[in-house]
Amino acid sequence: MADKVLMKGNEAIAEAAIIAGCRHYFGYPITPQTEIAAYMAKKMPKIGGVFLQAESEIAAINMVYGVASAGKRVMTSSSSPGVSLKGEGLSYLAGADLPSLIVNVQRGGPGLGGIQPSQSDYFQATRGGGHGDYHMIVLAPASVQEMAELTIKGFELADTYRMTSMILADGTMGQMMEPVALDLKVNPAPEKPWATTGTKLQREHNIINSLSLIPEELEKFNFDRYERYKIVEEKETMYEEYMMEDADICVTAFGIAARVSKNAVDEARKRGIKAGMIRPITLWPFPVAPFAKAADKVKEFISVELSMGQMIEDVKLATSCKRPVTLCNRAGGMIPDPEQVLRAIEAAAKNGGVR
Amino acid sequence: MSTTKFLFSGFGGQGILFAGKFIAYKGLTDGKQVSWLPSYGPEMRGGTASCSVIVSDSAVGSPIVSKPDVLVAMNLPSLDRFEDAVEPGGIIFADSTLIERKVKRTDVTVYYVPATRLASENGLGNLANMIIIGKVLKVLDDFGDDSVAAALKKVISAKHADMMDINAKAMRLGAEYQE
Repeated sequence: MADKVLMKGNEAIAEAAIIAGCRHYFGYPITPQTEIAAYMAKKMPKIGGVFLQAESEIAAINMVYGVASAGKRVMTSSSSPGVSLKGEGLSYLAGADLPSLIVNVQRGGPGLGGIQPSQSDYFQATRGGGHGDYHMIVLAPASVQEMAELTIKGFELADTYRMTSMILADGTMGQMMEPVALDLKVNPAPEKPWATTGTKLQREHNIINSLSLIPEELEKFNFDRYERYKIVEEKETMYEEYMMEDADICVTAFGIAARVSKNAVDEARKRGIKAGMIRPITLWPFPVAPFAKAADKVKEFISVELSMGQMIEDVKLATSCKRPVTLCNRAGGMIPDPEQVLRAIEAAAKNGGVR
Repeated sequence: MSTTKFLFSGFGGQGILFAGKFIAYKGLTDGKQVSWLPSYGPEMRGGTASCSVIVSDSAVGSPIVSKPDVLVAMNLPSLDRFEDAVEPGGIIFADSTLIERKVKRTDVTVYYVPATRLASENGLGNLANMIIIGKVLKVLDDFGDDSVAAALKKVISAKHADMMDINAKAMRLGAEYQE
């Protein structure tokens, strides 16, 4: 095991991207993710890579489209309002089946909102972010180590399935420092015979495009894409179960909310309440199986979120509404504290699943 | 198993984030689990700065410290803001050069260290932060020259290696300070 170093979550993402072989970064500064751009600005020129501060988020995402078309690992990063600006580009990337990595270090919204941590872009991320039928692979790290590991995973999944991967973090995950080991394994990018790398007069032109004016053809593209998504759902779902073996109350949370909730679950256990937690690591594909299983055993689910309640809808779908699902939340840049989650667990235990 | 939650607070430019980073690195070099989280409001030099640090024998849950075991208050607004949040039985370190009032709480232990004055009297410039950190480590029975040097080496970049000795000196001064 390599020496651990203290790094900010944002820096860990940037370093992991470089380890993954990403040599093209395009971005536009916005709090609380600017350290990613700063790190890339410093490192990329030294390793023969490209750091470019674009004139806008829209320009940055279209530069990503260009590099992805050429078959290279590429990324951009932003925070909530900036990701909204990238929405059109995300849709085009999906329509052209291009692999790329997008980082959203979320802040409170809507609108310009604030700069404090939030998880209120869950819908935007898990439902694609732009127009049309498509998904992104959405990864939700809950530690600085995972910020690094999931960045690499994100590049690998993007290449395997020709999809966009999104790291959905928040201001806390971006700003906090934790020890991180950077001796990370990377699968190099696979062959990309579809990429526009120049024909050298040896092959037909590759065309990267998201326009198809023949509806029969466009329908087929959509059906084929969703066949691919089905494989992702089957094979790539990730989650962590904590003390779920005998749990009566199932807390569910991702990212910083999961860190807070873990404290509350520990405290509830000390008080004799059988609480556990399911922490989705992939938000799309959503880990339906552990929830479906838990729905037959636990009395109540509590969704802890830094939003007005977004993931809760997926929890209800995954559990087929067999048990009550309640929301424990803060919004606008506020973070629930472990006491608030503990009170929700105690209330659930008292109700015994009857709401 | 033990967990210590630190909250460092003062105004920008006092080295609050650096002091927290040092404690985090000290924990890391001592083989502990650690987290460090800064406040990142739209603050500028002269505004308020604070950071949460957790040092634990087991994995750190929430990195947010709302009820510190140890509060380091480097100016009056920090003490005003966080005094009531300290865990009963906790410890408050106050820079008594800049904080003229006494701590009101009676269920906590308080150490008044005139760190800013000590720094200027001893030609230690803006190292009041490290003077107070020296005292913190001494009180927590965690002050060892070797472990301090090891942590300093981690937290001070090679470019600024000439700052090692002066930081160590500031910490020793704080550790030896008696009220």
